[in-house]
Amino acid sequence: MTAADDSQNESATTFSATHAAGQPDVVAELARQFGEAAFTPQTTLTAMPVIWVAREQLRDVLGFLRRVTGPFSMLFDLSAVDERLRTHRRGLPPSDFTVFYQLLSVERNADLMIKVALHERDLSLPSISDIFVNANWYEREVFDLFGIDFAGHPHLTRIMMPPTWTGHPLRKDYSARATEFDPYTLTVKGQEVEQEALRFDPAAWGMKREGEETEFMFLNLGPNHPSAHGAFRIVLQLDGEEVVDCVPDIGYHHRGAEKMAERQSWHSFIPYTDRIDYTGGVMNNLPYVLAVEKLAGITVTDRAKTIRVMMAEMFRINSHLLFLGTYLQDLGAMTPVFFTFTDRQKAYEVIEAITGFRMHPAWYRIGGTAHDLPKGWDKLVQGFVDWMPKRLAEYEKAMMDNAIVRDRTRFVAAFDTQQALDWGVTGPNLRATGLDFDLRKKRPYSGYENFDFEVPTAVNGDAFDRGMLRIEEMRQSVRILQQCIDHMPAGDYKADHPLTTPPPREKMLQHIETLITHFLQVSWGPVLPAAESMQMIEATKGINSYYLTSDGSTMSYRTRIRTPSFPHLQQIPAVMRGGFVPDLIAHLGSIDFVMADVDR
Amino acid sequence: MNWWTPQVEATLIAMVQAVVILLAVVVSGALLSMIERRLLALWQDRYGPNRVGPFGLLQIAADMLKIFFKEDWIPPFADRTFFVLAPAIAMASLLLSFMVIPITPGWGVADLNIGILFFFAMAGINVYAVLFAGWASGNKYALLGALRASAQTLSYEVFMGLAVMGIVAMTGSFNMRDIVNAQENVWFIVPQFFGFCTFVIAGIAVTHRHPFDQPEAEQELADGYHIEYSGMKWGMFFVGEYIGIVLISALLVTLFFGGWHGPLLPPIVWFLLKTVFFVILFVLLRAALPRPRYDKVMSFGWKVCLPLTLVNLLITGAMILLIDPGV
Repeated sequence: MTAADDSQNESATTFSATHAAGQPDVVAELARQFGEAAFTPQTTLTAMPVIWVAREQLRDVLGFLRRVTGPFSMLFDLSAVDERLRTHRRGLPPSDFTVFYQLLSVERNADLMIKVALHERDLSLPSISDIFVNANWYEREVFDLFGIDFAGHPHLTRIMMPPTWTGHPLRKDYSARATEFDPYTLTVKGQEVEQEALRFDPAAWGMKREGEETEFMFLNLGPNHPSAHGAFRIVLQLDGEEVVDCVPDIGYHHRGAEKMAERQSWHSFIPYTDRIDYTGGVMNNLPYVLAVEKLAGITVTDRAKTIRVMMAEMFRINSHLLFLGTYLQDLGAMTPVFFTFTDRQKAYEVIEAITGFRMHPAWYRIGGTAHDLPKGWDKLVQGFVDWMPKRLAEYEKAMMDNAIVRDRTRFVAAFDTQQALDWGVTGPNLRATGLDFDLRKKRPYSGYENFDFEVPTAVNGDAFDRGMLRIEEMRQSVRILQQCIDHMPAGDYKADHPLTTPPPREKMLQHIETLITHFLQVSWGPVLPAAESMQMIEATKGINSYYLTSDGSTMSYRTRIRTPSFPHLQQIPAVMRGGFVPDLIAHLGSIDFVMADVDR
Repeated sequence: MNWWTPQVEATLIAMVQAVVILLAVVVSGALLSMIERRLLALWQDRYGPNRVGPFGLLQIAADMLKIFFKEDWIPPFADRTFFVLAPAIAMASLLLSFMVIPITPGWGVADLNIGILFFFAMAGINVYAVLFAGWASGNKYALLGALRASAQTLSYEVFMGLAVMGIVAMTGSFNMRDIVNAQENVWFIVPQFFGFCTFVIAGIAVTHRHPFDQPEAEQELADGYHIEYSGMKWGMFFVGEYIGIVLISALLVTLFFGGWHGPLLPPIVWFLLKTVFFVILFVLLRAALPRPRYDKVMSFGWKVCLPLTLVNLLITGAMILLIDPGV
């Protein structure tokens, strides 16, 4: 425990030294405004101030933070923890359920986490969806999975689970395994009930069935539609082909990854992360292992860091290629997708040779990677690096310069930086509005500070910019790959640390201590000290973060996975009102989302 | 043997010709399904169907077998009569149009004096196929597709007709044979270039081919008006679309590219070569272009194509009067 405490203090110092430099300390500002007694600070490994606030003051505090100079203008994440079984809570306010609000300030380049303690017999909070619009879905998610009520929420219904569901899955008293339930059955009658429950009722959403002169058509787009990019449903209120309003409906791809994290060892959860953003491959492992390494206090070797960066960028290109092909396909161009898939095949050949798998390598490990790079890896990667630029030029010339593509995408579904921040939009979609907020530059992790690359931005924030920007990002990723080839550091691919899982094999075969550790970690799993840690990374589609709570066990106490696609989908109605159906399709193509990333 | 008169002989020959042309058109329409996939594959860096038979040539047999044995499902919420009628109209109206196309000096089904008008009439009837299908399916996507189709076809047929009026004025006849004969020295593509441009565009629009495939727009309407169709009924829409391609290609050849005229090779070879060229062009367009937005397609039709055809007609008329004021 002492080791963990030390590193917690260390981390707190690093925070004030780096992120808050030159900016007034937000905790002090809050204390000035509301008085010292209003807050209970908590030391964590999250590299941001974490403070507990009383429920009555929550809205005032959040409202203040939104208005303060250097405002916290983005609600980055909002979720909850069932604390009833947590043993290591010394110094924290008593709480059965804790709801946390993570705010992000672009001006300060800093985060802040506000926590509110709730008693299990009074699970109610004021809604903040009027302060931060994107709180709407997050609050629905907390309501759905924890059963916490948000007073004043405009439409507090289930969002992940079917409307007919009973129970709140992320509560600790809700079983995680199928074997703990009665066998599942679905009768014809049951199916009809379920289907009826999904029937869209415009009145429930405050929608009119008729306008002044027209009767609206309500069109179910999805959950099974060629352009829905997975099991995504969006109900359109149409006047002719004009979208008067729309309601996205998610949850069809929900598989309870956060719940699974509470039943898997720290090590064996890694493959689950691959499947969060399934086009991102090992990129998904990165925030998870980085957060775990913070808990374990592992410093990773330079070689491991660079290998991780290289493979993550490989997957960024891979994901962006998939985006480009499907984006153009959604615009009706059927050919490009075959070309980008040819490129993706080239990428997969490299990925397969290095990791042994294609889509879901689950290749990063706590403390390093699964293997060292194979002999001849540099030639393989070089081949890909040489191949890509001319292909990218071709896509730009053949498609992005095409008059029809421009006509379909320019000024379509455009939003500005402020709107993007309000809705929690991150990644390329945020940068397309002109803000160069890229975590690889702003808060370098895993050695990104050593690489020379640019952060492309655009101006209009429309569907066209979102497409062009990603082509440019691929060029930058190719640059990073080239630097990895040229400057791959020598050394070990795994950290020499007792919690490195699995431990270096050479040592395991020599030392009885390491052999025992290996045995324990493989059979039982590594035991991580009790603490909270968090890592945000610039993933393929935006900022992806893992907020881990360890209770000093082999498994996570709570794993919160914040994915970029979730808020991106929530924003759709705000930009689509007044557009046409083909514009909606163009917008859906330009967001770059996968439902696995939305629903988790 | 006194019943064997020249009239009987002529009738028999005409009948045989009609049957041969009918079969050839249907077979080429069906074959196109496979040829299009192979051609697309060629441009898309992949193989396409190459497993069944040599070069995948028997793919069509496999597809036909599959389509014949598929469950022919009519949704319970559909309007049965019109639901069944729609694919029949789709295929029949386009097949009938082939009647007026003169293939060679000796081949052709009917030599109608209103030839070109007959085609427009059939194309007009063809709209009903889409309308009926969209309405009778009882599906919102189908309805939207049908709405798009009727609006698009109506707009584009207006200037499709006007586009060829220049030719009619120059030839002085609606008869297709007369039109072909008038091109013995100069193909009409030269004096009627703008007419050609607008006719091609309208032709693609009328067959609902990419980039004017708004009524089916897979990414938007998930196949539009034929979303509820399966089995052979769907197959008839499908083959109907390919027959449409062959028909428009044949019309382009007849109206603008001198029909069977050409040096050295026999007339039938010239006719086929030219037609195949345009068919390939249709497929290439599909491989190359994205889909414009529906309302842009409409405004393009009314604001660009229609004025262009009118100007073309005006100039043609003026030229005819200038060259031969006595007419």
